[in-house]
Amino acid sequence: MKTIKLIYPLAFALAITLATTGCHNHKAVGITPIPGQNSGIVGDNSGANTLPQGGTMNPDNGVNANPSGIPVANADTFDNMTEDRAALEAYTIHFAFDSSVIKSSENSNLESVAAALKSDASAKLLIEGNCDDRGTEEYNRSLGERRALAAREALAKDGIDPSRVRTISYGKDKPADPGHDEAAWAKNRRDDFVLLHPKAGA
Amino acid sequence: MKNYITNPIKISLPLFLAVVALNFCRAQEEINIQTTITVPGQAKPILVSLEGLTGEAADVLRFDLYVQGFKFVAPEVAQYRISGSSADNVQGYVTDAVSRQPKFSRSYTGASLRREAHAFADDIVFAITGKKGIGQTKIAFKAQSAGGNGEIYVSDFDGHNPLAVTHDNAIVAAPAWVPGRLAVYYTSYEPGNPDIFYHNLSTGQRRVIARFSGLNTSAAISPDGSKVAMILSRSGSPNVWVCNADGTDFKQLTSTPEDESSPCWSPDGQWICFATKIHSRRVLAKVPAGGGPVQRISTAGVSNPTDPDWSPDGRWIAFTSQMGDFNICIVPAAGGTPTVLVSGEHPSWSPNSRTLILNHAAGYRQVLSVLDVMTKQVKDIGRISGNDSQPAWAK
Repeated sequence: MKTIKLIYPLAFALAITLATTGCHNHKAVGITPIPGQNSGIVGDNSGANTLPQGGTMNPDNGVNANPSGIPVANADTFDNMTEDRAALEAYTIHFAFDSSVIKSSENSNLESVAAALKSDASAKLLIEGNCDDRGTEEYNRSLGERRALAAREALAKDGIDPSRVRTISYGKDKPADPGHDEAAWAKNRRDDFVLLHPKAGA
Repeated sequence: MKNYITNPIKISLPLFLAVVALNFCRAQEEINIQTTITVPGQAKPILVSLEGLTGEAADVLRFDLYVQGFKFVAPEVAQYRISGSSADNVQGYVTDAVSRQPKFSRSYTGASLRREAHAFADDIVFAITGKKGIGQTKIAFKAQSAGGNGEIYVSDFDGHNPLAVTHDNAIVAAPAWVPGRLAVYYTSYEPGNPDIFYHNLSTGQRRVIARFSGLNTSAAISPDGSKVAMILSRSGSPNVWVCNADGTDFKQLTSTPEDESSPCWSPDGQWICFATKIHSRRVLAKVPAGGGPVQRISTAGVSNPTDPDWSPDGRWIAFTSQMGDFNICIVPAAGGTPTVLVSGEHPSWSPNSRTLILNHAAGYRQVLSVLDVMTKQVKDIGRISGNDSQPAWAK
């Protein structure tokens, strides 16, 4: 607000000056020049109608402290992997409304995912958590993450090293079915499993 | 002599009664006004008439005043008469229709007609209510295409003059302003993970604030701009964390196995309010910003609260209830019985704590709306593309 705080007194002083020296309109007793500086945020008639181009998202210009004693995988260890979406497509698991509890009916799919990881020591896993559209966006982003983490925890119990597994939540941004009925919602409350292979030469 | 004495009495008694009746009416009026100030959603609008201004200037004035609790009526029944002209620039006059005294008279130069009309609306709001108007404020929001990707935008509070902040064609979420600065934080999936970015709107510079494995989202900047609250899952579950504005010195504030979401700050910077689950029930809760025990905020009678936003005057927490449909509610900041206002989600307070911006479904599209909390007068703003959601009011 510092800029704006400076502008207002200036504008006010200008208004007084104009009103006392230049304005002889009988009805309009005060002239109010409009401070234009803060309109530069989104452009106005006087300024360019653009914003400066956003800089690149170089991960190295930010902070990436390693979590200490915390069971999430280091993001960097997943850098040189290719996604194989087809391999585990059949083993998507589904959830009850507003729940991240893994139903017993989904256990056989989880066992198949675990088996794929056990059979290939170089492979890693991405779990994508998703929701139906009956929660708000950020609520669902957290719920989707909770769903993905629930599967990660179940796989860890099944002997999979959790450092081989990373999670991502899409909330309700990536529905499997764009419909708005119970049949669609049931399909959308899910974890998709994506097998990750090391890139050739990596 | 007797006649001379009694006659004046006969005449003055009805007069006396009339005066009493008038005073009584005035007292009633005053009581009504006080009641409407303290009961959100039940206030009567302030009746105004508009003459002389035309076209875009009149449209701006009508929109700005409607979403701040004014209603346009014929001059004969208006409490305040607004007149003026908008031929070259905006000139405006406001008269108190009851006292017949002019409130103010002003001419505006140096900007677009829109901007001048917004400035006139702000002056009307201030002259009549004593509150700073919202006419020249800004919002940030998310505009999403059918495929799920989108961009962060900023615009005037009424949706005009929109500009894309990002050009990444990626999933984006949860834009938040740095108080008093031309800068926002937001979540972008552009790096292949939901990470939190700082973006300076003046220079275009952006930097990563949080990119831990898992979820990094819902940045909320402290009122003094020095700290950022957010949701991180780096400890194994979505929890509330806080760090310095530059992304250093991360501190974990909650450690539940539940899915916390949507942190916001109390205006004194002492508390962070968020949505979570306690004893299997979805609730709003707050935690001291420096760390400490979590306290529940009661929202009795309304289930599944989410998206809290603390009003800048400290009195209210606006939130979304999820009971089949989404509804915008407000509850006293200490907790209590919420007032359900309108359908919609993701409320964000205006700087003057009187108005909310939110998104709601229009068909299967999301559009932004501005809501006057006291009168429940609500109007959609212009749509950018696809779904517009998660509005954040610059403060």
